[in-house]
Amino acid sequence: MSKKPVLDSFYEVVEELCKELYVKALKDLPPDVREAIKKAYESEQSETGKQVLSTMLENIGVADNRNRLICQDTGIPIYFVKVGNQLIIDFVRLEEAIIKGCQRATVEHPLRSSVVSPFKRENNQNSSGYRIPSIHYDVVQNNDKVEILMVPKGSGSENMSFLKMLIPAEGVRGVKRFILETVAQNIAANPCPPYVVGIGIGGTADMCMKLAKTAAVTRPIGSRNPDPEMAAFEEEMFRSVNELGIGPMGLGGLNTAIAVNVEYAYTHITQNPVAINMQCWPARRARATISEDGQYQIGY
Amino acid sequence: MAEYTLKTPLTEEDVRKLRVGDKVTLEGVIFGIRDANLIRMFDGQVPSPVDLTGAACIHTAPNVRKVGEGKYEPVCIGTTTSSRMDRFTPGLMFEYGVRAVIGKAGMMEASMEAMKKHGGCYLAIVGGAAAWETERIMSIDGVWWEDLMPEAIWKFQTKNFGPLIVAMDSHGNNIYFDVKAKAASKLPEIFKKIGAE
Repeated sequence: MSKKPVLDSFYEVVEELCKELYVKALKDLPPDVREAIKKAYESEQSETGKQVLSTMLENIGVADNRNRLICQDTGIPIYFVKVGNQLIIDFVRLEEAIIKGCQRATVEHPLRSSVVSPFKRENNQNSSGYRIPSIHYDVVQNNDKVEILMVPKGSGSENMSFLKMLIPAEGVRGVKRFILETVAQNIAANPCPPYVVGIGIGGTADMCMKLAKTAAVTRPIGSRNPDPEMAAFEEEMFRSVNELGIGPMGLGGLNTAIAVNVEYAYTHITQNPVAINMQCWPARRARATISEDGQYQIGY
Repeated sequence: MAEYTLKTPLTEEDVRKLRVGDKVTLEGVIFGIRDANLIRMFDGQVPSPVDLTGAACIHTAPNVRKVGEGKYEPVCIGTTTSSRMDRFTPGLMFEYGVRAVIGKAGMMEASMEAMKKHGGCYLAIVGGAAAWETERIMSIDGVWWEDLMPEAIWKFQTKNFGPLIVAMDSHGNNIYFDVKAKAASKLPEIFKKIGAE
């Protein structure tokens, strides 16, 4: 099959979409997340927990009806970009379009710019700065589209990230204990439960955390890892985390997590790394798929 | 578990009657504070530009629309994680007379001690429910330290601001500590069940 060069208008569409996806993600929760919060409300036994979940449901309704942001934390903007290998594309122009779209969303809506330089804490007031937005690229085989997944990553959840370079002698037992001890003692109420626990297993230190992030923010609630061993691990950890009783907003109850997702990679013979990256109950994401001529579809 | 509607500014009496688990709805002014302005106030030793006696302060940095010099309209106002601001609570209560902190996820020993001594409380709001929260904020009536935008100090006029849950009271109770202690006590049993003893 011959490769398809993208048209000039493609980059304009990408810019518009990167603007639109940021705002959409902040306002319109994916259906799987809505369903998960509804289910949590129905199953919750704690009176306070039920009250908290009912406010969350009311909040989703207000955001829909009054066209408001679900959460004030506009986050660090992250764009996960998958590029089909059958396209001919200028990555410099692609990246410029993504950054510009992100900046325009912030200025034109307007949105709170939650991004600052790390030492001087300077805010450009456009949700961008050196190396931000965070953009991840992947190439997809036998594909002729660009898919952009936008995730505004709030800090309540991101501040609760943990990495442990376990050793082989600690085995799966060590992985399980690290996850549950960290959720019970360090994470607890902070990332707005009922949350998504993203777990990365294996790889290098950086890859392990990237796997945890992928698990936390890119997968629909209710999805399972295609590997049966990992799917079983997800289910065991999901049950165990919810047995901790941390509950909605950490005030006690049955619903601590709406999902525990695991992504893994092979690792070194001496290593057994595990990473945790959290996503809060408003697990915000918005997605678009774009063809070389600028035709697109928007979803979650 | 009692329910109260309280008008701000709050008195010591207002706060002392509250017990963890009670529900509180606030009416009147609340002040928005958080990391950057508290760092300036306490680490930078720059006095607060606004009187916080009896204040209810919420941990926030809002989304706003500028409509004039020093004038802003709310776009989206929600609440951030409180634990980062724990060490500033004693200063807020003893030096400035703050009575209530509104936040999410709770605070630790330093704040509990200050609340006990001064007569203060922590009111839990639902994190991530900013659309719901914004509906209860009628206007932005003041802003100080705009150079810290969005982490300026904000004065919000509220109506029917609640129900908030009393999660830390002036009698030394802290729901978050109880929930965490319970979670820790369940760990051995869970480890046993999943072969991770």
